[in-house]
Amino acid sequence: MSHIWSMIGKRLALGLLTLFIVSVLIFLATELLPGDFAEEFLGQSATEETVAALRRELGLDQPMHIRYIDWLTGALQGDFGNSLSNRRPVSELIGGRFGNTLFLAAYAAAIAVPLSLALGILAALYRNSFFDRFANAAALTAISFPEFFLAYILIVWLAGAGGLFPSMANLRGDPSFGDMLYRTFLPALTMTLVVTAHMMRMTRAAIINLLASPYIEMARLKGMSPMRVVVKHALPNALAPIINVIALNLAYLITGVVLVEVVFVYPGLGQLMVDSVASRDMPVVQGVALIFAAAYVLLNLTADVLATLSNPRLVHRR
Amino acid sequence: MTDEFADKDVLLTIKDLRIEGRSDETWNEIVHGVDITLRKGEVLGLIGESGAGKSTVGLAAMGFTRDGCRISDGTIDFDGIDLRAASAGDRRALMGKRIAYVAQSAAASFNPSHKLIDQYSEAPVQHGVMGKSEAESDATDLYRRMQLPDPDNIGFRYPHQVSGGQLQRAMTAMAMACRPDLIIFDEPTTALDVTTQIEVLAAIRNIVEEFDTAAIYITHDLAVVAQMADRIKVLLKGDEVEESDTASMLSDPQEDYTKSLWAVRSYARPEQPPVAAGETPVVSVRNVTAGYGSIDVLKDVNFDIYAKRTVAVVGESGSGKSTTARVITGLLPPRKGEILFDGQTLPSDYRKRSRDQLRQAQMIYQMADTALNPKLRLRELIGRPAQMYLGLQGKALTERIRQLLDLIELEPDEYIDRLPSELSGGQKQRIGIARALAAEPKFIICDEVTSALDQLVAEGILRLLDKLQNEFDLAYMFITHDLATVRSIADEVVVMKEGKVVAQGPKLEMFQPPHDPYTELLLSSVPEMDPNWLSDLLKARGEA
Amino acid sequence: MNIIMPLVWIAAVCAAAMAAGWIFRTVAVAVSPRAIAKALKSAPLTASFGMLMILIYIVGAFLAPAIAPFSETEIVGREFQPWDDVHLLGTDSLGRDMLSRLIYGARNTVGIAFATTIIAFAIGSITGLLAATVGGWMDQTLSRAVDVLMAIPALIFSLLLLSIFGTSVVTLILVIAIIDSTRVFRLARSVALNIVVMDYIEAAKLRGEGLWRLITREILPNATAPLVAEFGLRFCFVFLTISALSFLGLGIQPPTADWGSMVKENATLITFGDITPLLPAGAIALLTVSVNFVVDWQLHRASGLKD
Repeated sequence: MSHIWSMIGKRLALGLLTLFIVSVLIFLATELLPGDFAEEFLGQSATEETVAALRRELGLDQPMHIRYIDWLTGALQGDFGNSLSNRRPVSELIGGRFGNTLFLAAYAAAIAVPLSLALGILAALYRNSFFDRFANAAALTAISFPEFFLAYILIVWLAGAGGLFPSMANLRGDPSFGDMLYRTFLPALTMTLVVTAHMMRMTRAAIINLLASPYIEMARLKGMSPMRVVVKHALPNALAPIINVIALNLAYLITGVVLVEVVFVYPGLGQLMVDSVASRDMPVVQGVALIFAAAYVLLNLTADVLATLSNPRLVHRR
Repeated sequence: MTDEFADKDVLLTIKDLRIEGRSDETWNEIVHGVDITLRKGEVLGLIGESGAGKSTVGLAAMGFTRDGCRISDGTIDFDGIDLRAASAGDRRALMGKRIAYVAQSAAASFNPSHKLIDQYSEAPVQHGVMGKSEAESDATDLYRRMQLPDPDNIGFRYPHQVSGGQLQRAMTAMAMACRPDLIIFDEPTTALDVTTQIEVLAAIRNIVEEFDTAAIYITHDLAVVAQMADRIKVLLKGDEVEESDTASMLSDPQEDYTKSLWAVRSYARPEQPPVAAGETPVVSVRNVTAGYGSIDVLKDVNFDIYAKRTVAVVGESGSGKSTTARVITGLLPPRKGEILFDGQTLPSDYRKRSRDQLRQAQMIYQMADTALNPKLRLRELIGRPAQMYLGLQGKALTERIRQLLDLIELEPDEYIDRLPSELSGGQKQRIGIARALAAEPKFIICDEVTSALDQLVAEGILRLLDKLQNEFDLAYMFITHDLATVRSIADEVVVMKEGKVVAQGPKLEMFQPPHDPYTELLLSSVPEMDPNWLSDLLKARGEA
Repeated sequence: MNIIMPLVWIAAVCAAAMAAGWIFRTVAVAVSPRAIAKALKSAPLTASFGMLMILIYIVGAFLAPAIAPFSETEIVGREFQPWDDVHLLGTDSLGRDMLSRLIYGARNTVGIAFATTIIAFAIGSITGLLAATVGGWMDQTLSRAVDVLMAIPALIFSLLLLSIFGTSVVTLILVIAIIDSTRVFRLARSVALNIVVMDYIEAAKLRGEGLWRLITREILPNATAPLVAEFGLRFCFVFLTISALSFLGLGIQPPTADWGSMVKENATLITFGDITPLLPAGAIALLTVSVNFVVDWQLHRASGLKD
């Protein structure tokens, strides 16, 4: 078993390295401008003094590598500097919003993952049937809709006059867990629709890909039922691609919430990021981007490790 | 029909079986009315070339068709059950329990995610024949009877942890799990080396005899079927050619097609005069050691190839014969040693060789399908080397392409603008030959050029290569695992094993005793048409 | 609003769409040359409907000035006028004609997405083919660089870059194209890697063919089918990304008529139960669905022909 741990160790090290490079990229992004950010941000009306003050504020008078180390050590301790627009610490702005975003993503994932796996397996089992064709066309349609379109359709349909659910997902007044689920039902449903469609299609494709394998024919020739052939013979071998699909979509849930949060005015990280991008509030943008990127890298890393562990060729060597 | 089985009960009756396959949105008949009668304990050999419909018929005997095929007419009666009329559930209740299947590639047909023993016990447990622990101890027992090493533990391995020959035996054991009345063997030894094949054949024959199981044994190899079958049926393009008991089918075939199949093995290249003393070899492999990573695949390999001569490099998979070709072509620079061409050292990396050096040595590949760019027409496939090396353009180039097509016996007007997909397997291989000739080389490496082809087609390719060799004074290096091919075309033989040359010399010497032990093993393992060959050989080996 | 009625509407719209697809297919088969007609005949109704829609969008984009009753930026009435005979779909938040802006949107939004996809494709497929063909350090460098770029989620990455470079159409196109080209790179490389191991590539290398010919004559012709399908998928993705950014107010900037920003500008109407602002969103969805349907058919065909 030791080789598998060393393989996983390597993956982890590589993941950390990726995370490090990503942090450098996010940091360096501000350096891509021809002038410097202070001039660009303040525009033509700025005086020498205000520009110099902003430079000091952002640490632009320091050499680049010092600034990076300062920024990263700060970020690791949860200090992302101060917002340019309202001077509050970025960490304070991010604070509760991060939890809200995670809640929404987890809510959607809890519905989407089991649903899409079941639908994907059923579609593979009854491939080319009416159910399969319908599910496929519906999934394609859901994938093709912009999230904000889906969101507004759900609002018009389910939240309109005298509707069943609230169209604004505010969390004011410390709601109970059940109340939270009710208030955030529409945003969660929007994300579920998009992600389920993706995952269902990819699960189906991963299984169907394997159904042409000789060992599937062998299982059928042993007189096994179609359900057993798919669940017992195809599914274990499709685990690696399916795990990757799930990771990809969970990662999407965490970052794809941006639009949904804006439509439903949900107090999450995505909305904070959009507002900050519009006002070019770089410390906030960098902080949020780093959190999103870290979540994304970690999810992919987890998927990678799980996929490795699901492959008997790698776990049990000759 | 032999008297031996005449008084036994009929197990399987197939009458006028017709099967259609779907291509280009229409159904075309691919099996045109086949009849089979099989009695209990009897083994029927089903032979034919690719496209004969052997596997399709074999599967239909289980009431099963692959996706894109359907049974259009006829009856399949298994022990009183009409398999065509039976429901899918009823058919499934038979499959794996009373009729079992052994596939060509055990490596691909075992599920990589489950241990061997779990796959063994699946059918008996699911069909309710026995419980899990009973099935497991039964598996160990059968593994032992199949002479698998370490039968108590081998079942707890995953398929990728077991060698090809052992997997094939484990699969036969798995088919036996429910003690079926009938087993379909679909080319079970085709993917194996000859020395491994013997063990598998012997194990299959023993177990079938021991449990008195009826079998349909599908193969393209006549010598193999002669060892296994009580009766032989010959198929050609979905039609029955003839059927009789094994002995009379071998000694006295009635139909022309069967006779032509039998005759293939008679072709032999005429004896060549010895090489003149002092002649420089076209290619010399000198003290070559080469490999990938830290592993040496070739260890101190030496041999020479002279003009107008064919050197056959023989060995089983993993012996290093293809690696030798990669070293000669410069794809794999050796760690030690060198390649001489006309007495001059060749740069070890092909990228450092001159255009003329590249032109002089050409290669023909095993799989013509992957060796020809499917998107280029024959005009460009054959014309490109002539254009590149010899600077031919326009009319001169077209003229040269037509000449080359003539040489490989394809009608230029009809073929010059075709795509590879519009050719048969043998024709594709001919294009590979024409492409090599277009460079006007001195030396050609033929890498298993006939092993993917049917025997009759392969024979045509061998004759063509022979003719071209005489016409253009070519030196050939012929890589093959098939000793029958060696017998027909080689002047000299190099036998390789595990990266070393274990024997080399003129063909006649190599096929005469005394041999070194490995060559002996290799030669004696090649199946012969004599139905008693396997029994005699096993007896002889048992005594030795 | 009733919960059930919309479902009835959806069913009716689907039926109408399939009928349109059927009519289009019948006509197209009749007027096409034989080889194309044969392929078209096998098209499912969804794909036929997709092709019909794509055709309509293309015509709309090219003929926008001729079809649209008003100009795209001119204020022609009060704000949020309801649907009437003059302004068939009413007016928007500034009093511009909704229908005209919708038609011009086909030109602007689709045009920008198309240009972006082409740039992304050019960069991604050239580098991907090079990496697979040359191998070694070139492959390592490019692949690792792409790995890192792909480790940042696409939408977040584009937001980051847009906040630095500001939001003009040119930066928008370049930013999205570069981010998207990493996905094209991955596909082009993996397709080419499957081709590079073929014996005919080895034969061409041993013949002494140069890199250019190797890529253009030996590899590219065998890679076109998957690349074309990928182009459709990438277009959908780019189109949705740009629409999303515009919806967030960070993409195509006013007064250019653009579907994403049109939804944003008029979103207030939705709370009053007026669905006019959903029309541009519907236009986006319809085109993406159509392209996806056609690509799905093509992919299905390609996989069907293989075995």
